[in-house]
Amino acid sequence: MSETSVDASKRRFLVTMTSAVGGVAALGATVPFVLSMNPSARAKAAGAPVEVDLSKVEPGMLLAVEWRGQPVWVVQRTPEMLELLAKHDNKLMDAASDNSGQQPEYCKNPTRSIKPEYLIVVGICTHLGCSPTFRKEIGAADLGADWAGGWFCPCHGSRFDLAGRVFNGSPAPTNLVIPPHKYLSESKVLIGEDQGAA
Amino acid sequence: MEKLLNWVDERFPLTASYKAHLSEYFAPKNFNFWYFFGSLALLVLVIQIVSGIFLTMHYKPDAALAFASVEYIMRDVDYGWLVRYIHSTGASMFFVVVYLHMFRAMIYGSYRQPRELIWIFGVIIYLVLMAEAFMGYLLPWGQMSYWGAQVIINLFAAVPFIGEDLSIWIRGDYVVGDATLNRFFALHVIALPLVLLGLVAAHLVALHEVGSNNPDGVEIKKLKDEQGKPLDGIPFHPYYTVKDILGVVVFLMVFAAIVFFAPEMGGYFLEYNNFIPADPLKTPEHIAPVWYFTPYYAILRAVPPILGSQFPGVALMGVAVLIFFLLPWLDKSPVKSIRYRGPKFKIALTLFVIAFIGLGILGILPATELYTWISRVLSVVYFAFFLLMPWYTRNDSVKPVPERVTK
Repeated sequence: MSETSVDASKRRFLVTMTSAVGGVAALGATVPFVLSMNPSARAKAAGAPVEVDLSKVEPGMLLAVEWRGQPVWVVQRTPEMLELLAKHDNKLMDAASDNSGQQPEYCKNPTRSIKPEYLIVVGICTHLGCSPTFRKEIGAADLGADWAGGWFCPCHGSRFDLAGRVFNGSPAPTNLVIPPHKYLSESKVLIGEDQGAA
Repeated sequence: MEKLLNWVDERFPLTASYKAHLSEYFAPKNFNFWYFFGSLALLVLVIQIVSGIFLTMHYKPDAALAFASVEYIMRDVDYGWLVRYIHSTGASMFFVVVYLHMFRAMIYGSYRQPRELIWIFGVIIYLVLMAEAFMGYLLPWGQMSYWGAQVIINLFAAVPFIGEDLSIWIRGDYVVGDATLNRFFALHVIALPLVLLGLVAAHLVALHEVGSNNPDGVEIKKLKDEQGKPLDGIPFHPYYTVKDILGVVVFLMVFAAIVFFAPEMGGYFLEYNNFIPADPLKTPEHIAPVWYFTPYYAILRAVPPILGSQFPGVALMGVAVLIFFLLPWLDKSPVKSIRYRGPKFKIALTLFVIAFIGLGILGILPATELYTWISRVLSVVYFAFFLLMPWYTRNDSVKPVPERVTK
């Protein structure tokens, strides 16, 4: 063993390996911190379904209820509204609700609902999460003479019809989300749970 | 006294640091108006840290208590209204000063070789400052706080594949809520200010390593006298400390005028809708971010969804900020300062300023069809300034640069 010569390559190897192992350890140590920022068990448990009494919702009226911290709208559509709903399919991005992530299978129909007169929809714009404004007046001055009623998002100007379907030219890429729901009786609906698994 | 100083100097480089950074740090003698904003940015940073510390003594980072605790500061805490208005005015004035500071670098080519790293640290400071301002804006838990955060966090949800999980991770819940408020408070008062201080230190260390640029864009270190002092340099202290004190006095007069007479600044510094407590079920009629974010917000709104995804708009907004990093390498001009540049650069810079301010105004206004189209045109101008820069700076007719600084 010589006292003067230094094995440089061995030193480099040791430095590299020490740094690599230390780096992995440092990275591992960040994992609990990063994961601590995920929703807590309490936040995950807070998604209980809500029950809505439909007798409180009059024709043409919107009732907003809170489910998982989000607004859910319950709208009773009048026969006139339902009639207009079928007349603008060519102006919609996804008239037939082909995007399966936006509604449960049982709401993939022209009115996007279980019962045609009641629309139940999450009131969060699919663009950047604002809550659009309910504009039911037909031919509203600022929305054009052919406006058949629906929602207008004040943030970025997205437009939706009374089935929550997005109009062409809106910044929102998809239709509004229909939450899972089921009817408990003629006038009671449970939002957040359907026939299948809860 | 001298003995004490010697005692310290043998253990800590006190006199040496004082000389290196103040009394024998030579700065070009031709600094003008535009050179006030660096020291003013430092002043605002101190104002924000001090006023922020006193606000945390009374503020409650809890979704149920936050809004009321801010009103409590405003009404019941002695001089609480003053501390809060100083902090809210400071936030806006920080951006005023930083935007002018950045513009100075752009007109005099301060980002050019050998000052690329100073510029890069500066752009990172700008990014951290945006995050700091955004998170601070959630804390009053008003309608604009809530829905502004909702929109910005949803920007991350637009990222393909991981977006949804990423936005949930940022919020700590499925919607903006107590968890979000609590973590934004932690980041706003501890994490980001520490990062900011470190970056400011790095920015200044890099600056003092290479020395300041000046309105003529000539390197004063090239010509030195027998003692090795730059011929066109003067010691930072006392010359520029005195000059900066003047800037500070004028700035504080403006600052105080805003704090005492117009703290809301007509709804631009403190938005009216933010005096309504956050309501997760109702978005305000018209949402606009605070004025310093509106240019980017207008770019975001100008891009329509492509292939059913809003990601392109989000990405373009991000690129609009990040593209500043590339400035030192996009500029191919043989000269630094606008004084010796040709008409092409001057026209390009003018158009850029018009686009930036125009987008800022459009970002405040509601999105109508006409405004969206104007935003699109201005967004193209904004990006053309950067992307065409290698071309128009190389082919510009520049004037000869003098050996030494002019008056």
